[in-house]
Amino acid sequence: MTNAIPPAAVFIIGGLLIPLFKGKARALWMLFLPVAGFVLLLYTPVDTVLDCKFLDMELTLFRADRLSLLFGYIFHIISLITVIYILNFKETTEFVAGFVYAGAAIGAVFAGDLFTFFAFWELLTIGSVMLIWQRRTKAAMGAGFRYLLIHAFGGLVLLAGIVMYTQEQNSIHFGEIGLSGLSTWLIFVGLGVNCAWPLLHSWLTDAYPEATIGGTVFLSAFTTKTAVYALARAYPGAEALIWIGVAMAAFPIFYAVIENDLRRVLAYSLINQVGFMVVGIGIGTHLSINGAVAHAFNDILFKGLLFMSMGAVIHRTGKINATDLGGLYKSMPLTALFCIIGAASISAFPLFSGFVSKSMVMEAAAHDNLTGVWLVLLFASAGVFHHAGIKIPYFAFFSHDAGHRVEEAPLNMLIAMGIAAVLCVGIGSYPAPLYAILPFTDVVYKPYNYSHVMSQTQLLFFSALAFTMLLRAGIYPAEIRATNLDSDWFYRKGGRLFFAGSDLIFNGMNRLADLIFVKGMTAALCRFARRAPAHLTGLILTPFWRLTGDPQTAKKEKARMNRNFSSGTLGLGIIGLSITAYLVILFLLNV
Amino acid sequence: MTEKKHLFDEPKNVRRLLQVFFAALGVLLIPDFIFHKHTYFAWEEWPEFYPVFGFVACVVLVLVAKYILRPLVMRRESYYD
Repeated sequence: MTNAIPPAAVFIIGGLLIPLFKGKARALWMLFLPVAGFVLLLYTPVDTVLDCKFLDMELTLFRADRLSLLFGYIFHIISLITVIYILNFKETTEFVAGFVYAGAAIGAVFAGDLFTFFAFWELLTIGSVMLIWQRRTKAAMGAGFRYLLIHAFGGLVLLAGIVMYTQEQNSIHFGEIGLSGLSTWLIFVGLGVNCAWPLLHSWLTDAYPEATIGGTVFLSAFTTKTAVYALARAYPGAEALIWIGVAMAAFPIFYAVIENDLRRVLAYSLINQVGFMVVGIGIGTHLSINGAVAHAFNDILFKGLLFMSMGAVIHRTGKINATDLGGLYKSMPLTALFCIIGAASISAFPLFSGFVSKSMVMEAAAHDNLTGVWLVLLFASAGVFHHAGIKIPYFAFFSHDAGHRVEEAPLNMLIAMGIAAVLCVGIGSYPAPLYAILPFTDVVYKPYNYSHVMSQTQLLFFSALAFTMLLRAGIYPAEIRATNLDSDWFYRKGGRLFFAGSDLIFNGMNRLADLIFVKGMTAALCRFARRAPAHLTGLILTPFWRLTGDPQTAKKEKARMNRNFSSGTLGLGIIGLSITAYLVILFLLNV
Repeated sequence: MTEKKHLFDEPKNVRRLLQVFFAALGVLLIPDFIFHKHTYFAWEEWPEFYPVFGFVACVVLVLVAKYILRPLVMRRESYYD
């Protein structure tokens, strides 16, 4: 099929045309684009491929199979929701950047070859960094630059891997790669940077909370999920992913407990949720991979919903730190309700979306007898409820009343959050449509049975009991305005250390060179040039003075001569005489 | 003008919410002694495994975060400026 229009083109070209529209027409155009892309996608049969020749390569610009279509659907849905959410802003750059960014993610998941994939992957970085810079604060500028540097590094590692790999394979086809040699490891790590693996993750918790209100909603949906897609495509069953995913699920929850910026709490819980997906891909069974991508689908919705509710809080109060918030349920009850729905979904309460997807990964782990993995994931499940499920709504909307008396979120934001909330509850209560589009059709999974519902409810309620008791006992860590060190320390402080070290070495060399060459040798040369005539003349004349008189006279004569040389008053007469003599000689020789 | 009283401004309502919550916890402890769960691991069938795990996990999480992680990583807010 060659007449398919790739949805990425709709987003990117359509996005670049946004500045041509004004007012209502612009709003309609922005709503039209994701709907048009989605309709195109619905009419795209599974296994559609669109090839094109470029130089001597056969590029596959578009390849729709069950895996890419699932990510395509959810990327369109969240784009539409986010566009509705940001309609009340008048930031043309943010709109364009958002569409280019979403288009890049869609292009990447439909790319059938590694070079097309890489091109969209890089565009993803450009679009996202614009969404960060668009906040226009000093913190956002700095975070954006660090974000760009990390992703440029990740992109280069990926590119190196792709170039080596395609040379080895003699093909640029983007399919299962698997860990075998250096090239495959380079691609693996390059993808890992965008997937926010531990130690490579800090760009996320650094930059996402600094982006614009709508920007963070866009960001939470695309970069990490595109990486999850790529890992599911290229490295299903790679055992390393199990351990990486376990670490991702576990460590961020500790940070989330002590973090004060509520959007940063959500950023940590984003890594925690992606950890479940990465474990699922690493286990590599049909059930676990279905679970991983189903959880990606759900996570995009409930994480988007949570970020939207926090964005609405910033929009109305201008604050996001837990220390500055509280009691907002009084003035923003609907936002509070939507936030609680998002919180229940991420915590995997029965009837909410997380329940029907996270448990697939857990069950796959149990099925393969990965006892340790299962226990850590269970711990992470309790932990995520603790920080994202309770902490976020509690500190923003309840807790002590911070005295904000603001309006409810604007209508368009409420509609966007409402759609996401309905989807979270809808998928959680009736997961069949989601299960029907998962990549592997041979998996039968039934989330609703007595054991699962009861176990999960008990786990969550008694986690809540722990929160309540710790809070009332005054043990729960009070929110403190602070910076919590994370692996970005290495390039933020380490960067300064590098700077200080370079300063010492290179500027030291500079100073030394200055001392030796500029101040030392040049000065010596100058001194030499200034004094040499006097010295030379002195050398010649001293014997004469000695002969003609006593040593005193010689000394006096020498001092007079030095004075004359240094003051340049050696007697113009002598110079004049010399010149005259020179001219006379020339004349006599008749040159 | 006095501000309108909201749901949780009334201590009675907070108390009532907590009472409902604690009652629910009590109810959730009962089924493990009556019904059998179909599980993968033996310990999942221990009565009250999930309630105990959930409670202990969250207490450990908070204590570790507060007493180990925070002293290690917390710096003043302007640390990087």
